[in-house]
Amino acid sequence: MSMLEVQNASKAFGGIQALDACSITVEQGKITGLIGPNGSGKTTLFNVITGYERLDSGSVSFQGKLITNLTPDRVFRLGIGRTFQLTRIFPRLTVLENMHVAAQRRNAGGVLGRWSSSHEQRRALELLDFVGITRLKDMPAGNLSYGQKKLLEFAFILIAEPQVILLDEPAGGVNPVMIQHLAERIRALNQRGVTFLVVEHNMEFVMGLCDTVMVLHRGTKIAEGTPGEVRNNPAVLEAYLGA
Amino acid sequence: MKLLKALRLPARDMTDRAGLPKAAVIAIKVVGLLALLVIGVVFPPLISPDTTTTGVAVYALMFAAWATAWNIFSGYTGYIALGHAAFFGTGAYALGILCERWHIGPQLIGTGGGDVSILFLTIPVDYTPFLLVPLAGLIAGLVAVPVGWIALHTRRHTFIVITIAIFFIFQLLAENNVGNLTNGTKGLEFPYPSWVYPFYNFPFYYAMLVILVLALAVSWWVRHSKYGLGLLAIRDDEDRALGLGVRTGPYKLIAYVISAIFAGMLGGVWGYSLGSVFPQSAFDPLNDISLALMAFMGGLGTLSGPIIGALIIEWARLQFNSLSFIENSTSPGGYYLIIYGALFLVVILLLPEGIVPTLRKWWMGLLASREEQGMPADSLELSKQTAPVAVEQAESGEGVNR
Repeated sequence: MSMLEVQNASKAFGGIQALDACSITVEQGKITGLIGPNGSGKTTLFNVITGYERLDSGSVSFQGKLITNLTPDRVFRLGIGRTFQLTRIFPRLTVLENMHVAAQRRNAGGVLGRWSSSHEQRRALELLDFVGITRLKDMPAGNLSYGQKKLLEFAFILIAEPQVILLDEPAGGVNPVMIQHLAERIRALNQRGVTFLVVEHNMEFVMGLCDTVMVLHRGTKIAEGTPGEVRNNPAVLEAYLGA
Repeated sequence: MKLLKALRLPARDMTDRAGLPKAAVIAIKVVGLLALLVIGVVFPPLISPDTTTTGVAVYALMFAAWATAWNIFSGYTGYIALGHAAFFGTGAYALGILCERWHIGPQLIGTGGGDVSILFLTIPVDYTPFLLVPLAGLIAGLVAVPVGWIALHTRRHTFIVITIAIFFIFQLLAENNVGNLTNGTKGLEFPYPSWVYPFYNFPFYYAMLVILVLALAVSWWVRHSKYGLGLLAIRDDEDRALGLGVRTGPYKLIAYVISAIFAGMLGGVWGYSLGSVFPQSAFDPLNDISLALMAFMGGLGTLSGPIIGALIIEWARLQFNSLSFIENSTSPGGYYLIIYGALFLVVILLLPEGIVPTLRKWWMGLLASREEQGMPADSLELSKQTAPVAVEQAESGEGVNR
């Protein structure tokens, strides 16, 4: 069953066609990789799915429901979480406070309550433990190292229990031990039924982790298949090597 | 090791960084606050009942409350609003106009009302205008809804400029007697109470004190609620907050309206204390600058910062107000404006975070140096791979990084 479906999505910035009738399908319970050369439209695709950019044409649907051009807060509350290529956390809030931002609730009682005594507090600590940064909980998030910020961003979207998580270059600039650690967390979550769509340039990471890999080139999908199939696809080689 | 952690974490949460039990810290804070409140309450009749001092105290409390309310929006969200005097003026005019139209409060000409009975309480006529203060605040809050809705479509510098522009629109509306409400540049008369000095200042002093306590309570609540956490997230990265389900639009607008309600209530009390208001004094751009200076000086986004800033600035204004460019002039001189400018520079250059955060940092640094040793937490690997001893060392040393 398809979890997330993008159909004929087009988006232009001035004269640059970032997405050109791009269609992708993310299957439920899978880890799907999204690769492609720089400027092929991967981040733009993330932005139009999560509501940060408006589509010129085309549609996005989530669990069969149209979510085209919904605002980012609504997309998130439906159950689609994302991380950013350049990690975006709240630098002046503590690590623990960062965890609670995503746990905003709809009812007034929930919003008016104290975050530190909410029932998410236990879960926030569990998740910090899950990614291994519990001991930093009272530190301003801006003081964390680059890799720790990535782990924090990953952890705080989990508090809202999204069904799909879009990761934008989770391994970029992170040391190998941390990459290994992150891959393990992603697999563990996937086993509990969370669907992933991962943009990544680290081929070892993508090939080792993903069930399916899709390749974007000039704003459109040129190949899809298992990591092995994609690796040997002539169109993919051409796109990457520019032959 | 899991068990060890489970046992140790809560134990650590019971104490603060200085090693004091959490309950003791809370007790110290509560006792301290109560002591301050008692001093605040007995100040006019017992400590210093003379008219000049209580007059200054009324203004000091007014600015403390106003800066606290301003901070609820601007401090927490990081949106610097420089048009807050618009809501202060709106509240002042609202109270004056309502008193006149509804014949409430004492009046020289004899059109005023009498005592008001609510249930078993009889409010003497001189105090009845205070009953309208919450209404003046609500009117200012209602006015802030469309104003905020428009202004909050912009961010950063544009937002600041828009708020200033909106402020001047309000001043012009009052000057031009739009809707035959404000009496234009001739000013608006308020009811005049029969109190005599030095008692005259006391009721206004207490009214300001009540609003300050209220503003502080709301500010404290916002700071600790999920809602407030959303505001702080907006300050740090608004688009990120939006992508985490924080409804940034309504969040910002609500904070803006809350702070405007307080400004309106303060304006109402202020107007009644003066006896008459004019467009230039009710809508005074200097007040906007003062507010920003007070909050920046004390510490933007902190609870106590705006109050500390307000008390310092008001005290400084008193010191320099008597100086004048014109010899033998009794009107306030312009010297304090120069002092304002200089203070602003000093704060931005030397105390960019404000007094409270800077002091807090020093205190943390002091504690950390006393705790000595321990390695910086940053160099740690993942806890799963670290021996318990190393985790312990790092945890005792994590204060270093603060």
